[in-house]
Amino acid sequence: MGIVPMHAAPLERPVVRIAPRRGWLQLELAELWKYRELLYFFVWRDIKIRYKQTAIGAAWAVLQPFLTMVVFSLFFGALAKIPSQGLPYPVFYYCALLPWMYFASALQNATNTVVEHQRVITKVYFPRLVLPLASVLSGLVDFAIGFLVFLAMMLYYGIVPTRATLLLPVFLLLAVLTALGVGLWLSALNAIYRDVKYVVPFLVQFWMFASPVAYPSALVPERWRWLYALNPMAGVIEGFRWALTGHGQPPGGTLLISAGMVAVAVAGGLIYFQKMEGTIADVV
Amino acid sequence: MSEVVIRAEQLGKRYRIGEREVYRALRHVLGDALKSPLRIFCRATPSYFWALKDVSLEVREGEVLGLIGRNGAGKTTLLKILSRITRPTDGHAEIHGRVGSLLEVGTGFHPELTGRENTYLSGAILGMRKNEIDAKFESIVDFAEIEKFLDTPVKHYSSGMFVRLAFSVAAHLEPDILLVDEVLAVGDIAFQKKCLGKMGDVAHRGRTVIFVSHQMNQIRRLCQRVVWFDAGHIRANGPTAEVVSAYEAAMAAGEITASHRAGLPNEKARFLRWEIVEPRGSQPNVLNYHGPLAIKFIVRVNEPVRDGQHGIALYDSGRQLLWGTAVNHLQLESGIHKFLYSLPTLPLRPGVYSWRVTLFDEQEMLDDWDCAPEFLVATEPVTHWKDEWAGILNIPSRFSVSSMEPVSVFQEKRS
Repeated sequence: MGIVPMHAAPLERPVVRIAPRRGWLQLELAELWKYRELLYFFVWRDIKIRYKQTAIGAAWAVLQPFLTMVVFSLFFGALAKIPSQGLPYPVFYYCALLPWMYFASALQNATNTVVEHQRVITKVYFPRLVLPLASVLSGLVDFAIGFLVFLAMMLYYGIVPTRATLLLPVFLLLAVLTALGVGLWLSALNAIYRDVKYVVPFLVQFWMFASPVAYPSALVPERWRWLYALNPMAGVIEGFRWALTGHGQPPGGTLLISAGMVAVAVAGGLIYFQKMEGTIADVV
Repeated sequence: MSEVVIRAEQLGKRYRIGEREVYRALRHVLGDALKSPLRIFCRATPSYFWALKDVSLEVREGEVLGLIGRNGAGKTTLLKILSRITRPTDGHAEIHGRVGSLLEVGTGFHPELTGRENTYLSGAILGMRKNEIDAKFESIVDFAEIEKFLDTPVKHYSSGMFVRLAFSVAAHLEPDILLVDEVLAVGDIAFQKKCLGKMGDVAHRGRTVIFVSHQMNQIRRLCQRVVWFDAGHIRANGPTAEVVSAYEAAMAAGEITASHRAGLPNEKARFLRWEIVEPRGSQPNVLNYHGPLAIKFIVRVNEPVRDGQHGIALYDSGRQLLWGTAVNHLQLESGIHKFLYSLPTLPLRPGVYSWRVTLFDEQEMLDDWDCAPEFLVATEPVTHWKDEWAGILNIPSRFSVSSMEPVSVFQEKRS
């Protein structure tokens, strides 16, 4: 073709430089921002598929925490008589199960997301960080549905929100970040060692008993509290109980330690995930 | 001369051999550690291979560049680096403009979602903005000819409809630079032509296209310049006619029979070996009998194949296709499988031939094997003793002669 097509020179054409990865952490947040719509589409798809593939759809978001709450109230509450800080057992357990179930499912989804998307990953470029982010965010819809049930329970048990309730978003954010931080590690690891997928259910189970889901953290001996606080979900769950019902202690020091741990987990997760990102398409 | 939009300098990509199997390795890591606890401290020296080495390339705006070469030569690796799917080990590249890559038809499609939903999802994954998809939606649906099924989940689509919609989304991407990997091999002929037309459009509007194909007629029709890859290096880079002829000459000289499969995208299935099971001779790749025969191909399936397609082709030493067939809708569990072909006879002249077998799962290529060893036919030549009159078939024939009297001819006509 001898003729060069005449057309106006594009005003701004993005320039992409491709080179081997150097250094430790290049966050490329601008890149991530450019792909925010893709993040939205992944979240939208996750939710859509989850509710399409199941017979009763969104009802699962209610049934899962609700039935677990019933079981816990019966066995840990009515039978084992675990102290519940003066709260009715259903309330005591439900406000812990809300963040816990969100966390557990977000963690599992984040772990599997890179492997589940291996076809897309090997065929098209986008910031891989979008994947674990999407799986952590899409769980929030289930959380919101479950939360509506809690509102009904508050009415039924006559629980009045206090000013502490305003802090709820902080605890939720902490739960999201914990899931993201740990999820980043696990999703990258799972791409290399498929065994990770089988380890996670156990991890989640042990983690639940290391968190004050089935019991109040007041049961933990004082001198071990600092160790206990290293688990960010301990702060989150105590925080939820306190913020929603006004019972229990405000998790002050615990929360600070938890926040620190979350920061470490997220930073470490980002570094590890980014280290994997450049080669993830070669591995999965 | 228009400006350079892609400049690659000494790109190299190194894979560790067996890296793709790394994900299964935790068990082995632990197992090895148990067997020899000290070994874990001194790492075994891994062996590497370069899928791409020292590749420098410039592409100008509006050019349609073809990449050719046999499987594993590095074409796809280059596309993957340019589209940022994977990072190079060495070298660097600079790209001016928005890149759209089309390495597979239907990337990101989800079977449970409807055609409409998938259009948005796949569009977003390929790099389109939502308002962009909104604006092109009508046109995408028109091109794919699926208006009536827009709100049907794509799992109910025929494979033709699926491919049409998937390609249509991709064809509307309108990037400055389009990278295409052998995706046009799918779909019916009429639709392939439509797609080629669309790609031609893209090129005429001043966009740059890099196009990988094994089909030399497509390359000839679409590309002005061709780069021939061989074992990770650029072997030739020039006008289409010259490079394609050189490539075809080399292939005809038998180079293709080397069984190189290093560049395959995944480890989901591998053909391991092939042999003649009947008649059994002293060597499993030598046929020395004119009658019925059976040939088996052993394939190892690592991940279950849900909707598999398997093709087989028989070539002569000049890479002339002699015979081919394919089966669809194969379902294979993980494990070792035997594909068995029974043929009434294979009347070939003595010589060197080769089998080629492929396995796809839902349009994804799992393996494409130019079988080794080659297929040797050592039957007795029963054709013309002068070679140029022997033809390509070796069919035993019986001949008889009898005299026919005019009367009998007459009678035969009457009866």
